[in-house]
Amino acid sequence: MVASTNDEIRILTPSGMLGYGFPVDHVRKGLEQKPHAITIDAGSTDSGPQKLGLGEMTCSREAYVKDIEALLELQREARVPLLISSAGGDGSDLHVDVFRDIIAEVSHKRGWHFRLARIYADIAKDHIKKELKAGRVEPLGPVPVLDPREVDAATVVVAQMGAEPFLKALDESEGVDVVVSGRAYDPAPTAAMAIRAGFDPALAWHMGKIMECGALCAEPVGRTIMGYLRRDHFELEPLNPEERCTTTSVAAHTLYEKTHPFLLAGPGGTLDLSQCRYEQVTDRRVRVSGSRFERSTPYTVKLEGAKTAGWRSIFIAGARDPIFIAQIDTILARVIQTARDYFKEVPPETYRIVPHVYGKNGVMGELEPVKTPAHELCIIVEVAAATQAIATAICGKIRTTLMHAPYPGRIATAGNLASPFTPLEIPLGQACEFNVYHLMAVDSPTALFPVRYEDIQ
Amino acid sequence: MTSVPTPLREIAKVVRSKNAGPFEITLDIIFKSREDFEAVKKSGVITRELVSELYNVPTQAIITFGFFDLVNAVKITLPRPRAQGGVGETDMHAAQQHAPLQEIKIPWPL
Repeated sequence: MVASTNDEIRILTPSGMLGYGFPVDHVRKGLEQKPHAITIDAGSTDSGPQKLGLGEMTCSREAYVKDIEALLELQREARVPLLISSAGGDGSDLHVDVFRDIIAEVSHKRGWHFRLARIYADIAKDHIKKELKAGRVEPLGPVPVLDPREVDAATVVVAQMGAEPFLKALDESEGVDVVVSGRAYDPAPTAAMAIRAGFDPALAWHMGKIMECGALCAEPVGRTIMGYLRRDHFELEPLNPEERCTTTSVAAHTLYEKTHPFLLAGPGGTLDLSQCRYEQVTDRRVRVSGSRFERSTPYTVKLEGAKTAGWRSIFIAGARDPIFIAQIDTILARVIQTARDYFKEVPPETYRIVPHVYGKNGVMGELEPVKTPAHELCIIVEVAAATQAIATAICGKIRTTLMHAPYPGRIATAGNLASPFTPLEIPLGQACEFNVYHLMAVDSPTALFPVRYEDIQ
Repeated sequence: MTSVPTPLREIAKVVRSKNAGPFEITLDIIFKSREDFEAVKKSGVITRELVSELYNVPTQAIITFGFFDLVNAVKITLPRPRAQGGVGETDMHAAQQHAPLQEIKIPWPL
């Protein structure tokens, strides 16, 4: 084990996303510089609500097995803590256990022994409802005020932990080598290691914020990165010699997928980057200073939850007739009304019909400023209903009606649609929706995130 | 100096859109140099009102709008029309919502 000195802690992040694979030779090169920890994040809400809603994972189990086995091997070589956050993508308890099982399986096969800590992040619904009643739960951004019925409807609700549960996991029990956590604020593992070694939390969070994406802050964008945190600044350098960090690439990275370029809110406070300085140290390494961290009172954590929202079916069809295309909105509205009338026994509040018209506004929907349609359209009609059968039936009714719908000036009397695929109606399974995205005040940054320790044999 | 209306896609280094969490879309315009950034800022073309018009959102709903000189960038954050990935989604990652910005015409030296 390499002890961090008073003046520098080095952290190695193999990749911005566990499960996408990473260049092991670059990571191994990084080990020569004796990092004090290896951190890697698996979390994201970016691929949609179905992970939380249906318990799916971002990557396949096979992909996680490959990456985790490679990471454990590197951990054994480096003899430093390995911290993995947001297991499975959503960081639910279910996926912490999947990761734990993968770790146990791989270690058993390879004959490895070490101490594992698991940190859980599912939050009991009763606790959320109690805090909601006490006025301690607020919407985060343009989100409706939380209704307790939405809490009940959610499949699972997780909270993003901060650095504190990682500190607890590393210090409460002797000799923890590997930590796998549920949902965590992405920079938390890196920030925790630096804060634990006594460095400035503002610099720790800022370095974590950049490194959680691996070498995405490099040019060209890459995977593996090393961070060097010192008393009043930190430095970043990608481990692929073909990539370089520049003042522009590092400064601009903080724009990526963020609401605001300089104010980044996280568990327990807000990182303020408005006074940062970026300096080119070598042609591949950048120094950052001037980060500030403002603690929030009370300490808040972000809740994330999703619910199932019925079953979906779609059909996909093309249109090339200019007389039809010119009237597409009115024709579709009429056809959808016909289908609604036909299925009058199905309560209207139990199903939704959404047309997507590519070549008109399929990509941007109501945000589209261009109003002239293209010479051909792709029409996808999405139906969400209480069962797959009803969704497919409504979808089929709309398709056949649209196929043969009369419209003013029609001279193509054999059919209005070009259908590329069978089945003509395609069942998509269950739909999901994010329905909890709120800040909840907590009395303790660790109380909601239980830690379990285990000797992997 | 003569200038001609030049689309932003020919001036900026990056024009992109992405989710910022499941309820927001964020748009970044990053310039090649401080000079380009300052020139576009000075042109006064990119305003909250323009964004409101291009994206069909009321100005008061715009979450972030600003020229940020530390990063030579304009950042705009808007509410999503619907929560990411739900019924009616058109762009799961909001990765293709930037195109109207590319067409903004800036008076630019020949």
